[in-house]
Amino acid sequence: MSTFDTVIRLVYLGAATLFVVGLHLMNSPVTARRGNLLSATGMAAAILATLAVLIESGAANLTAWLVVAAGTAVGAGVGLVMARRVRMTAMPELVSLFNAAGGGAAALVAVHDFLHFTESPGAHILIPLALDVLIGAVTFSGSLIASGKLHGVVPGQPIVFPGARVLTLALAAVMLVTTVMIAAGVGGLAAVVILGLAALAFGVTMVLPIGGADMPVVISLLNAFTGTAVAMAGFVIGNDVLITAGALVGASGAILTKLMADAMNRSIGNIMLGGFGTGDSTGTAAGTGGGQVRTVSADDAAIQLAYASKVVIVPGYGLAAAQAQHQVHELASLLEARGVEVSYAIHPVAGRMPGHMNVLLAEANVPYSQLKEMDEINPEFPQVDVALVIGANDVTNPAARRPGTAISGMPILDVDKAKSVIVVKRSMGHGYAGIDNELYTDPKTGMYFADAKKALAEMTAAVKTLVG
Amino acid sequence: MSSEFVTDLTIFVLSLLVGFEVISKVPTTLHTPLMSAANSIHGIVLAGTILIAATASDLVGYVIAFVACVLAAMNVVGGYVVTDRMLEMFKPPAARKAQSVSANGSAEVTR
Repeated sequence: MSTFDTVIRLVYLGAATLFVVGLHLMNSPVTARRGNLLSATGMAAAILATLAVLIESGAANLTAWLVVAAGTAVGAGVGLVMARRVRMTAMPELVSLFNAAGGGAAALVAVHDFLHFTESPGAHILIPLALDVLIGAVTFSGSLIASGKLHGVVPGQPIVFPGARVLTLALAAVMLVTTVMIAAGVGGLAAVVILGLAALAFGVTMVLPIGGADMPVVISLLNAFTGTAVAMAGFVIGNDVLITAGALVGASGAILTKLMADAMNRSIGNIMLGGFGTGDSTGTAAGTGGGQVRTVSADDAAIQLAYASKVVIVPGYGLAAAQAQHQVHELASLLEARGVEVSYAIHPVAGRMPGHMNVLLAEANVPYSQLKEMDEINPEFPQVDVALVIGANDVTNPAARRPGTAISGMPILDVDKAKSVIVVKRSMGHGYAGIDNELYTDPKTGMYFADAKKALAEMTAAVKTLVG
Repeated sequence: MSSEFVTDLTIFVLSLLVGFEVISKVPTTLHTPLMSAANSIHGIVLAGTILIAATASDLVGYVIAFVACVLAAMNVVGGYVVTDRMLEMFKPPAARKAQSVSANGSAEVTR
């Protein structure tokens, strides 16, 4: 190994170390940003080292340099503008879009490499190559569909068409056969192209039948896929840093996916089989299963809140969808100014992704110390005067404590143990589990039917006029 | 099967194990930024797309390399910037307090 090679390998090692340390620093909100900067530093070092390899080897001609420069500049520019402009509520779909880009790039690396084989390189290269094309292409199309579902371009509800299952199975069979062919060194370019196309179609048929509420789990899973595809690309072109970073992401995505699915009391297999209702419940048609529902006016709600000594706000998907994070903070500040103790109860899967609600509330300048996690806030509910539930549904349903319901065993916030409850919701529509919420028919619960943003503005106005 | 492949496989498996250990300790509140951070790390594929561009020799090769570079650069730059934007919001309580006092009473937060 020449001195130059040694230096490059050491830089790659340093970059990999920075990725690991960077992820480790994300343990705490205090060090998380530094962690991301360290990781970015490692990335910059690895890219610069790669450019140095190109210069030293002299393999790249002028055209190649122009291709690299132009491609990187265009991609970086587009990425930068999108990342700067995106609203924080739309952030999950942007992550999915970037994920698609990574998966597509990884698949292209393998395709390009395949075109340049002069002789069969052996199964230890061909197997990762086939897997890279397969996983990369599935991730590319799957992430685009997932992003489209969250963005509303693709309908959020599960899409199942006649013969969809058969088509998916047929595509899986095609992928299996072509992968084996490529690994065995037969079929040539045609096998790679067919594998790529089948995988692209598979990505679409895999994600279409899954409801919008499950998209975070799907995005996380596809994120893990991309990591694995990148690691496979590393095997193909014989590059350590791709293998290390790809494997890191593959593992992280897998863990994260499992945690998300666990918090919703779903198995990953269950989600991927799809067809289990939709998160964007606009079901105004859906009625209650029985029991009386009591509605409250903005004035009633305002008086209840203003004269409480302890209020817990339970934000959910509806608050994120209505982008009402600033309004909720305004109401909370007003109550705090009156001496009311206000905190926020954050369910692990509140919002559109685990932790997404924290990001949204942080954007509205809600102090981090007021955000309470489920295990921390649940014992406090019996002392809470008013629990204000905003656009959250299944995560507050007491039915989860009983066996035999669709959400049995799912961890919930013990909102029903508060002294009184106000629920802000657009309608009596169901959550993704598709069952009635017993909290809404509880005698101590008052329902306020409105869009979260409008409801909070009305309550804030009412507090101001009534109790000044 | 070459010894280089076995070395690569060793690196792969050990990296997976490190990934499981590092990630499982992160609190739920940071999961979304974490997913975004992990997302930017697989942008390392940019190193791969730069390397394949050097071996391209015909139009098809250049087009593939160009598209791959665009996608990978988008992944890296966009990923890190959006993660930083998310994490910027988790400021220490002291800085946050000062900011919320100065913004006290402002009904509209324009963004």
